[in-house]
Order: sequence, then structure tokens, then C-alpha cells
Amino acid sequence: MNPFNYHKPSTLAEAVALHRDAEDPAYLSGGHTLLPTMTQRLAAPSDLIDLEGLAELTGIAAEDGTLSIGAFTRHAEAAASAEVAGTLPALAELAEGIGDAQVRNRGTIGGSLANSDPAADYPAAVLALNAVIHTDRRQIAADDYFRGLFETALEEGEIITRIDFAIPSRAAYEKFPNPASRYATAGVMVADFNGTVRVGVTGAGPCGCRAHAFEAALSAHLDPAALDAAELPAIDFNSDLHASAEYRAHLVRVLAQRATARLVAAP
Amino acid sequence: MSAETGIGAAVKRREDLRFITGRGTYTDDLNVPGQTYGVFLRSPYARAKINAIDAADALQVDGALAVFTGQDAAVDGLGDLPCGWLVKSKDGSDMVSAPHPPLAVSQVNYVGEPYGLVVAESLAAAREAAELVAADFEELTPVVAAAEAAKASPIHEGLEANLAYDWELGDEAATDAALAAAAHVTRLDLTNNRLIPNAIEPRAALATFDPTSGEYELRTTSQNPHLERLVLSAFVQIAPEHKLRVVAPDVGGGFGSKIFVYAEETVVTWAAAKVGRPIKWTAERSESFLADAHARDHVTHAELGLDEAGRFTALKVRTTANLGAYLSLFGSSVPTFLYGTLLAGQYKTPNIHVQTHGVYTNTTPVDAYRGAGRPEATFVVERIVEAAARETGRDPAELRRLNMIEPGDFPYETPVALVYDTGNYQASLDRALQLVDYGGFKQRRAASEAEGKRRGIGFSCYIEACGLAPSQLAIQLGAGVGLYESGEIRINPTGSVTVFTGSHSHGQGHETTFAQVVSDKLGVPFDDVEVVHGDTGRVEFGLGTYGSRSLAVGGSALISAADKIIAKGTRIAAHMMQAEPDNVAFEEGAFISGNQRLTLQEVAFASYVPADYPPDLEPGLSEKAFYDPENFTYPAGAHIAEVEVDEATGVVQLVNFVAVDDFGHVINPMIVDGQVHGGLAQGAGQALLEHGIYDADGQLTTGSYMDYCMPRADDVPDFTVDTTVTPCTHNPLGAKGCGEAGAIGSPAAIINAVTDAVGTEDIAMPATPEQVWRKLHGL
Amino acid sequence: MNLTLTVNGVEHSLDVPANTLLTDLLRTQLRLTGTHVGCDTSQCGACTVHLDGRSVKACTVLAAQAGGRTVTTIEGIGSPDDLHPMQAAFRDCHALQCGFCTPGMILRAIELVEDGGALDNRTVREGLEGNICRCTGYHNIVKAVLAASDTMQEQSQ
Repeated sequence: MNPFNYHKPSTLAEAVALHRDAEDPAYLSGGHTLLPTMTQRLAAPSDLIDLEGLAELTGIAAEDGTLSIGAFTRHAEAAASAEVAGTLPALAELAEGIGDAQVRNRGTIGGSLANSDPAADYPAAVLALNAVIHTDRRQIAADDYFRGLFETALEEGEIITRIDFAIPSRAAYEKFPNPASRYATAGVMVADFNGTVRVGVTGAGPCGCRAHAFEAALSAHLDPAALDAAELPAIDFNSDLHASAEYRAHLVRVLAQRATARLVAAP
Repeated sequence: MSAETGIGAAVKRREDLRFITGRGTYTDDLNVPGQTYGVFLRSPYARAKINAIDAADALQVDGALAVFTGQDAAVDGLGDLPCGWLVKSKDGSDMVSAPHPPLAVSQVNYVGEPYGLVVAESLAAAREAAELVAADFEELTPVVAAAEAAKASPIHEGLEANLAYDWELGDEAATDAALAAAAHVTRLDLTNNRLIPNAIEPRAALATFDPTSGEYELRTTSQNPHLERLVLSAFVQIAPEHKLRVVAPDVGGGFGSKIFVYAEETVVTWAAAKVGRPIKWTAERSESFLADAHARDHVTHAELGLDEAGRFTALKVRTTANLGAYLSLFGSSVPTFLYGTLLAGQYKTPNIHVQTHGVYTNTTPVDAYRGAGRPEATFVVERIVEAAARETGRDPAELRRLNMIEPGDFPYETPVALVYDTGNYQASLDRALQLVDYGGFKQRRAASEAEGKRRGIGFSCYIEACGLAPSQLAIQLGAGVGLYESGEIRINPTGSVTVFTGSHSHGQGHETTFAQVVSDKLGVPFDDVEVVHGDTGRVEFGLGTYGSRSLAVGGSALISAADKIIAKGTRIAAHMMQAEPDNVAFEEGAFISGNQRLTLQEVAFASYVPADYPPDLEPGLSEKAFYDPENFTYPAGAHIAEVEVDEATGVVQLVNFVAVDDFGHVINPMIVDGQVHGGLAQGAGQALLEHGIYDADGQLTTGSYMDYCMPRADDVPDFTVDTTVTPCTHNPLGAKGCGEAGAIGSPAAIINAVTDAVGTEDIAMPATPEQVWRKLHGL
Repeated sequence: MNLTLTVNGVEHSLDVPANTLLTDLLRTQLRLTGTHVGCDTSQCGACTVHLDGRSVKACTVLAAQAGGRTVTTIEGIGSPDDLHPMQAAFRDCHALQCGFCTPGMILRAIELVEDGGALDNRTVREGLEGNICRCTGYHNIVKAVLAASDTMQEQSQ
């Protein structure tokens, strides 16, 4: 790992200022992607700005149909949170399925979304639950957030502060883990907002996306069979050692059907 | 002897206390004053000429001390890394060996091949300097796939072809004739997937040189430090053996991959004298993927003939084995003598012929990994037997039983050069069928189907040749060394016992089991016996641990040494008791004559303080023995797997696994069960998860745990294991060896279960979800 | 940079480069070599330690991130004379062979039990998915964790 300056700001404003003034800075928020990349000398930022402990980035609260999760919330905290379990059990389950226990003890929702790994789990929830991403400078709608492979709407130095999820009547998440890395080969969240269904997909393409035809089919008829012939998202499906594009596309449909089945069966 | 600690007792392991408290001492845990750090320069290309290496910038890095290249090693006369087993082609010619310099000199032949070593004051400086070494490569076209290698232009300059040997065993004409006359012939094309061993401790080396004495000391992750020293002395010629001490401290798993003498420890030992400072090197995992010997990688066509009653009449096997870019230490023997000789399996197949083409490719060298040749042989035999049962409408268990060698047939000489000494294959099959509840399978299958899952059951009745090996036979077959083992027992003056063994424990628990054996044999308390291993400075000689040989060969050496202790002690005791030696018996740790009794401790004391002592006897009570086995041992057993297959996704879940093994006499059943569990998980890994994949350019695409799929806790079920016993007839312990059985038997059983569930024989290992999904849906 | 942290109950004040990983701090500076490094992609779990009581992969935590915090390694949970119930169970159940993955496995297993969820064969296996063992086939590790869970619950009552 190359040398760098380590900073631990105590306010959000200080963090943003440090970023602005540094030569080639990076925010550290969990570090489970950044640090291995640096260890393998594939990244060499001049300054690391640790976001841990910033009050503006913490807290979980459910209010007025919205579940708000601070960006520095670790996956394990989200999975164990009574607020999350009480309002959005599917999200708790998603968080509980990220990586492994040690990864969940470090990784944060903000870090994951800022990184936008195509195989991360959270993007499926952000899209299905019509989340609003709050940053130090603005709010970004879920549909505007994911732009491409490791590419988001975030500007240079912009920090996610919290994510507001709309609480649906019911939701379910199904994941097909990569057998080696345990990232999502594909993951689908189906959320029912009083008959209007949103479907968020991750792992399938360069970044998270919605399955609009699935949504239409399920909004018309909330039944797994409604997806038998529904059109897949119009994306370039990823193809790798573990799943060809054709297989991934198939998995997206199967996972959406399974999520729907669970959602329908839920009490 | 004590029922709690003697032979057959499930004694808790004494080595555990240091491991569970973090006090183990693995190579990377060691640090010595003045230590420097080595980083290897590794080829980014599968095949390229090295035009020039410029280290000027690298040496400017603060803390950089030296950059060594293959040219430097050649100038110093460093010898090639040898292959220790000479295989001959069927025309009688020697195998074609490509020179294997520890650091590539003019050409690199696989991605990750080392071509230089950077030494620096710190690891960070060494890494930084390594990035600044400018190497001018000229890329050449690589040969990657084994199946095409024989026809491709040779990868090594000066060699005529990529075929290292065209080996055969058995009677081809008789086999062809029997196949032509068979009532039914089952034909099968099989691949045995390339595996990457992945002991969780990466390889490491710490080498020191003392210029005042000229002595080198190498501490390294080795399964056989004496063999390491022999090769570094006799072949690489770093230093004569009395000036080279090799220590293998706690070693974090090996599974074969730490048998071989690799470039890295060789080069750091040599370089330690060049820089005049100790050098430490520890592999990163991504290096291990490229630089540790890989395993398996066969392509095979097999044909099995059956008569009308279902009796096997002939087996013909054609295999292409990928040897990688160079012949690793035992690489040549694995797809030949450790493979072809096992193709009789447990059956009375009268005619067998096998031909193996060993080929060079621009990939990491391939060598022994848990089972080494025997999993490949078992996969061929047990897959084709299962397929034959399905094709001819027979129950797979009954077809096996019909063809099995029977208890009355031993010793049984196979058509492929082995003489099985003993066994009872029906007994292990019967027990396995009972444990798996074979009769209840149909119900279980129906229950799975009700949940949208297909269920399959698969068998594997394997045999292995272990306890490597009778030296003369091994040398006749091309081995470069004898394969005996040494053992020494020292009774210290106060009666405690120090045992020295040439075997090496890196997870097997020898410190416990060997103490059980000696304590049982000599009647001394278990806690009074200490086992020393893994240090050429303390143990006279040894061949190390592999091929499930440690107990059967190394343990037998200790029995021989103990017999000598008893013989000498008997003479001392007879003198002390004024009895005839013939009238002195040794029972439960004491020499007894009439109503007189002297403990071993008392006799030992007398031997070191020889006041009242036979005049014609040397003082002291320390004996050593070399045990050379008469024959291989033949562990065998029956493995049965059940899988569930998700129709929609193709995911295969191993839901039940029964292993009934015959290891002969068992010293510590707790440890034996643990060895089986571990082997089964590795076999399940081969069958369902693991695959070392190269792309067309020869880049390893499964070079980390992000892509190479290691079995995790939730990938495998609890295993049901049991043993049957037919004691080995030719070693004093009656033991056969248990280390590899799990990995040998299980892949075939699991794939037989998957093919049963899916309804096609055409499933390659690993049975990945996508592959299975495609087969299920005809895609 | 200057760093103060508590490791196994002992407070240390150290001057380390900012790019020091927690594994390096433990293994190289403090000579606590029971924490092992088995991979370079945060997968194998051999380097698992507790950071403020939570299991983390020390190869993916900067020493700086442990500043002001409490680290517990395998050396800190029990001694040969006074084993933690999880250590004892690993020995009793033959849940280790080469021992290299064992420290990380034990530390993760302790957290799994302390988290208090209902444990059975399946949940233990899922709970250990971040720790790779190549020797044991996991069979006896699962047994050990379930056995230790019983002992730990008895002791806490």
C-alpha cells in the first residue's frame, strides 16, 4: 500500500473541505473495496478521509412512510435494527445477506452506494424502494443515481449523508450469490406500494436498474406467473466465469418470481 | 497400555493447545535480526522471450538492496529444479524434460513464473522496487489447452514437441480383443478439472547464511524438509547437506502442494549469501494461485466392456494429462504410476490398458494434490461403471458387487501391476448402503420432487495405493529416491522418550498419534513421549509426508525402532536380573523374568549409568530404524452421495454423504474421521465448485478467492463416516493410511449423483449451476 | 502517525505509518502472530479479530481505524491454562487440523454465539461463511461451535 495522509474529520463540512484541498483524496467508509484495492496497489490516493463518527451520517429512523438510514450505517447495524426490521424486513434481510459477517461489521450503506459495484446488493433496494439519496449538497432520486459501471450521479467530493427509503406495503429480496465471492450474481427486490409494484435489479448489468416490464406485469397481476413472459430489462447483461448473460437474464426472472412468491405468501 | 491414550483411543491432540491460543509458529511468524524482504518478479505473459531486464531504477528506491535475475543464478552455477521421477514412453525412451531454472533466464513459460528477486530492507521497499524493474519481453504464442498441446508447436526451445511422454500400462491387444467381443461397451469422455490446492497458509521461506561457518538455514513451508535439503544440495547445488539445515516449523496445510521444491525457497536461500543478510519471502494469495503447483487437469476417453451377465471384461483408457510448463518434482508420476495402476479399482476386470500422453502447456506446473492420480483413476472407473449400470439397466450397487474382488481372492494381482494384499469391499458397500438408507431413496426423491427439486444418488467404490512406497519397486519404476521412512526413539536417562520421525505433520496430528504408537508399544505414559519432526538438524533423514504414508511407513519405522529398544533393553535387564535374555519378557513397560521386574525407566537409567551392565554392550538406549514397505497399502471404501438439483437455477446442493472406509487398524479414530471430513470437502469442491481456468492467452482467470470457488461451511453437509477393518498384512501396525481417501472417492460419487438427478452422463466437473441448468433444459 | 489503542487489555501508544494495516500492527509491531494472513481479497477470514467486540478482517482495517478502540486477538481470549469455552470446544471436537484458520475461526465463532441468535447446524454454517478452512471440511467446527454455545450460555446464566 502506498503512503497517504489519514484524516479523521469531526464534521461533515470538515470532511468536504479536506477533500477539496487534497491532491488525490478518497473517502474511507467501511473500506472493504477501497483498502484491498490499495493493498494490491491498484489505487493510491494521496489522502484518506475517514467518515466514521460523523454525526450527520448516522442514525436510523422510520417516520411518515419513510425509513431513513444514515450513510455510515454498517450492514450489520441495518440488519439488526429494530426500525428496519419493523418497517422494511426485506431490507434487513438484504443487509443480512451482504458479504459475510465480518464484511457486514465494516461495510456501510453509503460506502456501498458511492462505490456502486455492479454486484452489490443495496442498489436493488434503492431502486425498488424509490429511495432518495441525500448528500452534503442535494437530494438525488434513485432513478437518477446509478449511471453505469462504478459510476453514479455523485460529484467529486460529494458525500452521501443518508438514504430515505419509501416504506412499501410489502417487499421481498432474492439473491443468487456468486459461489466464490458471495457478491450478487443477480439480485432482485420486488416492492408492492398498494398495488403499484417496483422491481429493482442488481448484479445483472453495469449497475442497478429497474425491471419496468416486470413492474407493469406485477402491478397488473401480482403473481409470479405474471412474469413468465414479461420482458427483461433492456440492458447488456453481464457475462463472466460464473454466469453468462443468458443465464443471468434467466436468473433475474427466476429471482423476481421467487421474490414475488414470497411477497404474496407473506402474512 | 492405557485405554485412554493407547492405540485406538480418540486422544485429544496435544498440538492443539498452541494453535487455539495463537501460539503456533508458522514460517511467516518467524523474524530474525537483520532480516530483509524478498519480492519475486513474475511473468505477466504465458510465453515470452526475455530480451533485457533493467534494474537501475529499482535499485534507486530507498532501502532496495539487490535485484537478482536468472542470469545471475546461472553465472553462479545454480542447478535446475529437478523432476524426481523418470517416466519412460512406451517405446522405451526417457521422458522429455524441459530445463527448469529456478529463475527464468531467456524465456518465461507461464504467467507467474519467477524471473527475478528483489531484496530490500522492508517489504514495502521491495514491492516498490519490484514495480520499477523494467523487463523487456517479446510475447510468443502460448499453448494453453492440453488437448491441443501435442499437435501445437513446441513451447520449449530445443524440444521437438510438447509431448513429454507417451506412457502405457497393460495389454493393449488383449484389451482391444475383449472389447470387440463384449456384449456391451460403455464409452465415456471425461475431464478432470484443474484444481489449485490452496492450503490456507501461503508458502513462505526465511533463509539465513552464516559466512563464518558457511552454513545456510532455510525455514520454510515444507511437507518434507529432508527432501528439500537433498534437492537443494544434490541438484541445485546451493550447499552440501552438512552446511544446509532445513526446518519446516508449523505448516498450515499442504495437501501435496508443499511437497515440491519450488523456485522461491531455492532462490532466497542462494540470495541470502549473496546479500549477506537473512531474506524472508511470504507469498501473497494471488501469488500462491500462480506459483503453487496446480493439480489434476486430465482429458480422458474410456471404454468399458461387459459380458451378458454384466461382468467387466475390459477397460481401455486414453488420457491426456496437462503437466504445465515444466515437470514439477513428482509431476511426471502422478498421471502415470499413481493413476494407471489404479484403474482396476475394486473389480476383477481381466483386461486393462491405459495410455497417458503427458504434455507441456504454458500454464503453472501440475503436480500431486491430495490423492494425486488416484482421484483421477477413481473418477474414470467409478463414472464409467455407473454409466454402464444405467445403460444396461442394472442397479449400480449390484453391478459393482457383481464385479468386486472377493475377500477370498487376496492377494489379488491386477492387470495393471499391483498386488492388493487384503480388503473386504462388499463389507464397506453394505455398511454404506445401510447408513444411507438406500431403500428409502425413492421416498426421499419423491419428497424432493414435491419441492421442485430433482434428487440423485451416486456411488463410488474406490481403491487407492498408499503407504508410498516399496523403494526397489519405486526406483525400478523411475523414482529418484527410495521411499522408506526413518524413525528414532531415544529413551532419555530418566525414562522420558523423545521420538524423531522423518514424517512431517502439517495438520495430521503426528505429535499425538505417533506418541500414542510409541507409548502403547513401549508401555510408557503418553505424556512422557515427545515427537520431533520437520528439522534436518534434529532428525537424521526422512522422506516426508504425502501419499497417506506417514503412519503406514513412518509409524512402522517407529515400531521397528521400538523393537530394537526392547531387544537391547532385554539384554540389559537380563544382565541386571541375572536371567537369560530368552527368559525375559517385555510387558506393559517392564522387563519381567520370573517374579523379577524392571521398568523401562530403570533399564534406561542403567544404560546411561552402566554400573551393573553387560560388558559387551554399548551404553545408552537410543535406536533408529528405516522401514521400507514390502508393498503399497490399499485403503478402499464405499462413498455414496445424494444431491438435490434446483430445476429453475441448476444449483446443486450436496445434501447427504456417506463414507465407509477401510484404513486397516486405526490409531486415533477422532483424527481419522477428521481426515476423511477434510478430504470429502475437497472432493466436493472439485465436483461442484473449484476450477482453475486459463483464458486463451494463458492468463489465470480464477486467480483469487473472488473467482476460485473454495468450499465454505455452508457448501457442505455434515458427513456420515464409518470404517470397516481389514488390517494391512505387511506392516506391523496393520495400518493403511487415511489422508487422501475423502478426496479420492467423493468426486465420482457426487457427479454420479448429479448425473442421476439430471439424466445425462454429460456433466463436467465442477457441476456449476449454469452448466447444470443448461443440461436440464437442453440448452 | 501517533496511535493509542488497547490490545488484549493492554494500552499501546505507537507511532506508525498511516498505511499500516491492523494485521501488520498486530503481527509485526506487537508480535501477536496468532492473527494470520491467508489471502489478499478479504475473503479467507484467517485474520479475524474483534474490534470493539465485533469480528473484523484485520487485513482490511487500517491500524488508524482502530485508534482509541479495543482490539482482541486470539492471544487475548484465553490462555493454555484458562481456555475460552470456544477454544476448549475446538480442541474437544477436533475442530482444527493445521491450525492456520483456527484463530480467525474461533473469534468469529465467539461473536456468532454472543450475538445470541438461535444456532443450529445451518445457521452456524451460514455464520461462518467468511472463514475458509481447507483441512476440516467444517464438520467438526460446526460441532465445536454448537458445543461451545451451550457452555457459554450455561456460564452466562
